[in-house]
Amino acid sequence: MKSLGETFERFGGVNLLPVLIAVIALVLIGSPSTWITLTVAGLAMGMMIFLMASGLSLVFGLMDVLNFGHSAFVSFGAFVAASVLAGLGAWVVADSVFLNVLALLAAIIAAALFGLLAGWFFEQVIIKPVYRDHLRQILITMGALIVAEQIILTIWGGSPISVARPHFLAGSLIIGDVSIETYRIFAFALGLAAYIALYFVLNRTRIGLLVRAGVENREMVEALGFRIDRLFIGVFMAGSALAAIGGAMWAGYQTLITPAIGSEMMIIVFIVIIIGGLGSIEGSLLGALMVGLMGNYVAFLAPKMSLASNMLLMMAILLWRPYGLRPAVQ
Amino acid sequence: MSAPILKLDDVYTDIAQYHVLHGVSMEVPEGGVHVLLGRNGAGKTTTLRTIMGLWQARQGGITFRGEAITGMHTSDIARRGIAYVPENMGIFGGLTVEENMRLASTDGQFDPVRLKWIYTLFPALETFWTKSAWSLSGGQKQMLAIARAIIEKRDLILIDEPTKGLAPAIIHNMISAFREVAQETTILLVEQNFLFAKSLGQTVAVIDDGHIVHTGSMAALVEDQDLQTRLLSLSLDSHQ
Repeated sequence: MKSLGETFERFGGVNLLPVLIAVIALVLIGSPSTWITLTVAGLAMGMMIFLMASGLSLVFGLMDVLNFGHSAFVSFGAFVAASVLAGLGAWVVADSVFLNVLALLAAIIAAALFGLLAGWFFEQVIIKPVYRDHLRQILITMGALIVAEQIILTIWGGSPISVARPHFLAGSLIIGDVSIETYRIFAFALGLAAYIALYFVLNRTRIGLLVRAGVENREMVEALGFRIDRLFIGVFMAGSALAAIGGAMWAGYQTLITPAIGSEMMIIVFIVIIIGGLGSIEGSLLGALMVGLMGNYVAFLAPKMSLASNMLLMMAILLWRPYGLRPAVQ
Repeated sequence: MSAPILKLDDVYTDIAQYHVLHGVSMEVPEGGVHVLLGRNGAGKTTTLRTIMGLWQARQGGITFRGEAITGMHTSDIARRGIAYVPENMGIFGGLTVEENMRLASTDGQFDPVRLKWIYTLFPALETFWTKSAWSLSGGQKQMLAIARAIIEKRDLILIDEPTKGLAPAIIHNMISAFREVAQETTILLVEQNFLFAKSLGQTVAVIDDGHIVHTGSMAALVEDQDLQTRLLSLSLDSHQ
């Protein structure tokens, strides 16, 4: 049994799980072209979920804060981006890739800035008074989520809003008999870029070193002379901005959004951080990719089992590794 | 005796509904090793945590170099030159030995001469410099915890039961290291192990049931068997 475990670790350990899921799916699906389409969709979805989940995981790990209001940033990110894209409609539909990119960047930056500011406000007003009190955290952040959804209803109304994709991302890439939406490739690339940036910050900078240490032992970081609460504000704001960017990308992926867009994703986001392990960016990525792939494969193979499949995946992982696949603290 | 570097004046600390410290008053002279002895649950760890601001005193005052530090944030207390080595060592297992050390350095840089000195005190740290702190043994983790506290010169180091669970050979190394460290700084050592404490301490305070019941020189306590029996019978029974 020990040698089996060692062999598993030598070949990549838990990092192989998304590959394993993909291989099993290939056998079950049979058609390689369908499998490639679903795999790309799953990877893109996984990366967007990663954007939404990574900040929440760090906040959870660093300050032990249960923020059920995190999905409000996803919703606001989606609506802010949709509004910016609607306002720049001429650039969005223009034949110029340059104007398309400008419109897209404006939407993403607007969502991120909104996430940063809203994150700062949320941390100072909602979270700060309830540190170290899980029950009050759950109640107050759930309350804040309801208020946030009502604000969205007031500003944007209750009817679904369509989100225009920039012209250069509207089509599909055809390779042989495989069709891949350009938007999915872009979503995957953006998520990957965000992961690389986060990885660099966490592993190559002093701030990152402090965050990693703080996730393990807040008290000791303070005893070394650092204000972890100030660090936490920064992490919270960054996490909120990432969630807003995730929401913006998800809006473009769905193309039709409602005020419930964030809360609909919340269950998935929590599944991802539980599977990945609290406070771990690598774990969040791993969990997000597994959930993204699993969701797409099962939606094709057994549509009615789509949501249940992710729950089953989480249960199986927790039975195997109660602290998740890559927890920050072992 | 030199002027006290640290002074606790009638300190009361509560943890949730429990009253743990009941008017702790003590002075730590500058330089050398000073020991706070006491049985399990007497309030030793609470005293150190209260000094560090990890638990706030309900009443009383703590002064460091004449400045009141009661109620200060832990990070501000640390930045005044007080290092803390907790009972659980406070090692960041997910970080490498180097990253643990770098975090304890104010600007993230190392003084090569000082680092070399630390390597001579704890050679294992050089060997495992790039390894994850998870992979270290209990003794090596304790060495890392001490090394982190001395990566820069501190005025006062608070160390909570460093010998707990360590093999005698490692404890012997630890004694040598502490003697050398005490040449440049003041150490307040919390211990239950009287054999270890008496080999290092210059002064001793004995805490029982949340207040100080004896203070004096370690030499006097070592000489006075009756006093030892009266003050430390529980500790001696368990360690001798």
